[in-house]
Amino acid sequence: MIEFDAVRKEYPGGTVAVAGFSLRVPSHSVVALVGSSGSGKTTLLRMVNRMVEPTSGAVRIDDVDVRSLDPVGLRRSIGYVLQAGGLLPHRTVADNVATVPVLAGRSRREARADALGLLERVGLDPALADRYPAQLSGGQQQRVGVARALAADPDILLMDEPFGAVDPIVREQLQAELRALQAELGKTILFVTHDVDEAFALADEVVVLRAGAEIAQRGTPTEILAAPADDFVAAFVGAGTARRTLRIRELDGRRVVVDGDDRPTGVLEADAREGAP
Amino acid sequence: MNLVLDALAWLLDSANWDGRGGIGARILEHLGFSAAVVAAACAIGIPAGVAIGHSGRGRSLVIVLTSGARALPTLGLLTILGLALGIGLDAPFLALLVLALPPVLAGAYAGVESVARETVGASRAIGMTEWQLVRGVELPLAAPVLLGGVRSAALQVISTATLAAYVADTGLGRPLFEGLKTQRYDMMLGASLLVALLALVVELGFQLVQSAAARRAEPHRAPSGARERISA
Repeated sequence: MIEFDAVRKEYPGGTVAVAGFSLRVPSHSVVALVGSSGSGKTTLLRMVNRMVEPTSGAVRIDDVDVRSLDPVGLRRSIGYVLQAGGLLPHRTVADNVATVPVLAGRSRREARADALGLLERVGLDPALADRYPAQLSGGQQQRVGVARALAADPDILLMDEPFGAVDPIVREQLQAELRALQAELGKTILFVTHDVDEAFALADEVVVLRAGAEIAQRGTPTEILAAPADDFVAAFVGAGTARRTLRIRELDGRRVVVDGDDRPTGVLEADAREGAP
Repeated sequence: MNLVLDALAWLLDSANWDGRGGIGARILEHLGFSAAVVAAACAIGIPAGVAIGHSGRGRSLVIVLTSGARALPTLGLLTILGLALGIGLDAPFLALLVLALPPVLAGAYAGVESVARETVGASRAIGMTEWQLVRGVELPLAAPVLLGGVRSAALQVISTATLAAYVADTGLGRPLFEGLKTQRYDMMLGASLLVALLALVVELGFQLVQSAAARRAEPHRAPSGARERISA
């Protein structure tokens, strides 16, 4: 469990990145912080592994204030995935994945062997292990980033715009794989994105942020879409736009779901609760 | 043209090569002295430059040193130091150190500074200590630029080390000054040619080392076959 307790971040010169933020991220759940740039979402994420220290308030992991922990040890115990992977360009894929275990004292040989298994787990051909990051596609680099974050088998994963640098098709694929991986691993995942669709696709709970990391609304994706708290949230999630307002059209006895522009998005299947037609 | 031939004749005369004051010994003195100066410049300049590049503090020091020290005339500095320290290697060593330090410092600083901030930030975020960051990320990625600074320092020192003979009995400056005083222009030109040749050879050596460092820093750009050699 990650807990933000009234954290505030003010930079010298008076810029307030986070005005006062409290949130509990329950263990084994996926929580998304969504907001446009300048909402302080990345600052919040980086407070968890002490890349940023709050001016006041505290961040606790399983009731332990992170300030009482050694930053290096803390960071090694938390998986961190960031945009474009943040991989070391001069090390091979396998060595990149093995970085943290090797830092923690595991032998390079063992760590590399584990790395191959992790590569498979994130859907990469282990034959890529001896390539360098720049020889991989953006999507492949992103997978390596995820594999590296999982290498030390952390309880917590922090993800900073993890799939922001890849094209939409690859992004959806990666999101689906992350969901499958999470169903298997059950990590506590806190991630940051400006893409509300990504938040809806991945998170159990979504926190929509205004400037200064003020919480505009929090809830499950369904709750937020069903009842946006105010105009800001409504505009942010696109409620009321053609894409979000779906209707049913009957065609030869089949029910087709269309959006606000009458473009079909899918076929409505009979639902168990409704009973068969 | 005759002068060039005379110089070559002087160079090729085996009698000039032997003994304590012979060309062979002068070359070794010249190289040894230059190497000592460059090594001292590296011992000071690399840690300082890396520290400044890593922390981002003291950038103005680099700018002041690199632009200011380059404006100092080495011969003038040598004269002043020579008057203060007397005959011997101390004065030319210090004067050349002042010449060599700015490029080494600037190269180390610029190399570390040029490493992508995202790479450094990500490495810190996954739990590298500052020292592991410097050793495992910044130094290998900065190496090509850093070595460029050392290379430029080495070239300047080798070609300027002739000045050491102004106040000490050492190096290829010796036959140069002697030729000047005794109007033996074959000796003077021969020695100059040797200095130029030495500089070229060292330049070539550095080029090899630098491209090896570049292959390590950017292995994916290596031509096929080179990658296997690196990972071996």
